[in-house]
Amino acid sequence: MVGKPENITLISFGYFEKEILEMIVQDIEQEFQLPVKIREGHLDLSEFFDVNRKQYDGNRLLGEIEARYSSDNHKTLGLFSVDLFIPILTYIFGQAFLNGRSGIASIHRLKNERYGIRGDKTVLIDRFRKEAIHELGHMFGLIHCTNPVCVMRSSTYVEDIDQKNHIFCPSCRSKLLVPDPDKR
Amino acid sequence: MAKKISILIVDDEQSVRDSLYNWFIEDGYDVECAENATKALSLLESSNFDIILADIKMPGMDGLEMLRRIKSLKKDSVIIMMTAFATVDTAVQALKDGAFDYVTKPFDPDDLSHLIRNAAKQIMLSEENEILREKVISLENVEDLIGKSEGMQRVLREIESVSQSNASVIITGESGTGKELVARAIHANSPRKYFPMVSVHCGALSESLLESELFGHEKGAFTGAVYNRKGRFEMADNGTIFLDEIATISTKMQVELLRVLETKSFVRVGGHKEISSDFRVICATNRDLKAMVDKGLFREDLFYRLNVVNIFVPPLRERLDDIPLLVDYFIKKYCHSMNRPMMTIDASALKRLEEFPFPGNIRELENMIERAIVVGNGKKISLKDLPLAKEKKLPTFESLDDLEKNHIQQILDKYSWNVTASAKALKVDRVTLYNKIRKYDLKAPK
Repeated sequence: MVGKPENITLISFGYFEKEILEMIVQDIEQEFQLPVKIREGHLDLSEFFDVNRKQYDGNRLLGEIEARYSSDNHKTLGLFSVDLFIPILTYIFGQAFLNGRSGIASIHRLKNERYGIRGDKTVLIDRFRKEAIHELGHMFGLIHCTNPVCVMRSSTYVEDIDQKNHIFCPSCRSKLLVPDPDKR
Repeated sequence: MAKKISILIVDDEQSVRDSLYNWFIEDGYDVECAENATKALSLLESSNFDIILADIKMPGMDGLEMLRRIKSLKKDSVIIMMTAFATVDTAVQALKDGAFDYVTKPFDPDDLSHLIRNAAKQIMLSEENEILREKVISLENVEDLIGKSEGMQRVLREIESVSQSNASVIITGESGTGKELVARAIHANSPRKYFPMVSVHCGALSESLLESELFGHEKGAFTGAVYNRKGRFEMADNGTIFLDEIATISTKMQVELLRVLETKSFVRVGGHKEISSDFRVICATNRDLKAMVDKGLFREDLFYRLNVVNIFVPPLRERLDDIPLLVDYFIKKYCHSMNRPMMTIDASALKRLEEFPFPGNIRELENMIERAIVVGNGKKISLKDLPLAKEKKLPTFESLDDLEKNHIQQILDKYSWNVTASAKALKVDRVTLYNKIRKYDLKAPK
């Protein structure tokens, strides 16, 4: 069983379109049945830049969120627009402490433009809300799910993200102990 | 039932260990980390890991040396080597030394997921293969258990009633009556049927070999123990262990066995770690265990622990009704396995089989039929194809007197009632022989 926090806090680092943030807030509130607060964070990201890899260190950023922004009363998800990596992997979309207080997610690799395709805001919002809900799911104690359409399904490519829904499967929802929003 | 895969990460860089740890935890694996090869080897002494993900370049013992050491302890370990400085030579060396795969850091998230999924699949497949192999062995002969005689019907009823429980069973009966088949039938009809039935022929092994066979051993526990080896109790986890010829085990092994049956845990020979296993025990013996207990040759506490249910398998001579059925069954079985046209049996040969005492029981009958199919004309088994053709039906004597009377009669007949020659053959004096003739009222043929 996962303890229920008072709220979920999303902290944006860098520029995000207001519309994108508002859309994902709605979906997160719907899935977790908790109020979602959003605020801006200020970090000198250059300190987290790895000159060899030309990416930002996801482990250190997660550690920073945990140290500076998290508390026991809420789950904190840092939102970034830079390319994240961890030492062992070439990139990550995001990561979180399992059953912990903090997580991070990046919109950088979710944009069509990165793959030479014309940008599509609807697709981008859809991917970003899935990524945010996925990382928050880990923070609420959920591990990867084998259900192909569950939001907790592991995704290593954007195509994988597009295949799944932005909601939890019944099994993950039951572990999350959050009532099904459709049955309220 | 899906097994949870355990992973050991060995890397001297904290950030790498943490990254991999978080990644695998989110995938639902059991994960542990070691910062060097020495720590990893020490962890491997006390715990089993399905997959070991190890860096090649580490201070102290490097990954390749660690790979060789782990492989020498547990040759079926799945080890994936990682390096930031890939060269063809190290890759080839790692794979030659038994690494499952070799990857260059950093890798794509998808490559890592695939790698672990493939390794997990390999582990599942080899475990499933082992279980299926045991299951095929345990099932292939169950159908041999046939018979319409009252004795056999009783055995079948007892198998049915005992199968669903977890109770220990002792199967008694003469050699060759099919005690192991009864054990396999119990296992095959029990909820444990999807797990292995492991057989141990206690009588065929010396005390030390039996100990190592049952409990397993660690590398170096004794001369020749070059690998860590699982014991039969460990292999029978969730399944059944069948201990044949249980009456032959030594007093020391009786004590050990009692302890294992009570705790369902044991330590490998030369090891320290307590290993638990959930098994059901079925034993067999052709001896009277209760009489052995009374004589102090078998521990009473072990006897009662094992003898929750007793199934007696009757000898073939007490189930003569089953001989035609068994003959028919063995003919079909061996004609099929030898790829020959179906044969029949001559009525006189079958009658002779029904009169034969079969001291070796069903095993002897089965061997006779197999031989007859090999040497026969390919159409019908006749008396000349059976090795009992020249043998007479053995008389059954209850008392020594009957035996003596019959023997003296045979010798007197052989020497045409020449008392001197008969006494000489019997190695008694003539007076004794005359006394015996009088005692047994023996008469010369007219």
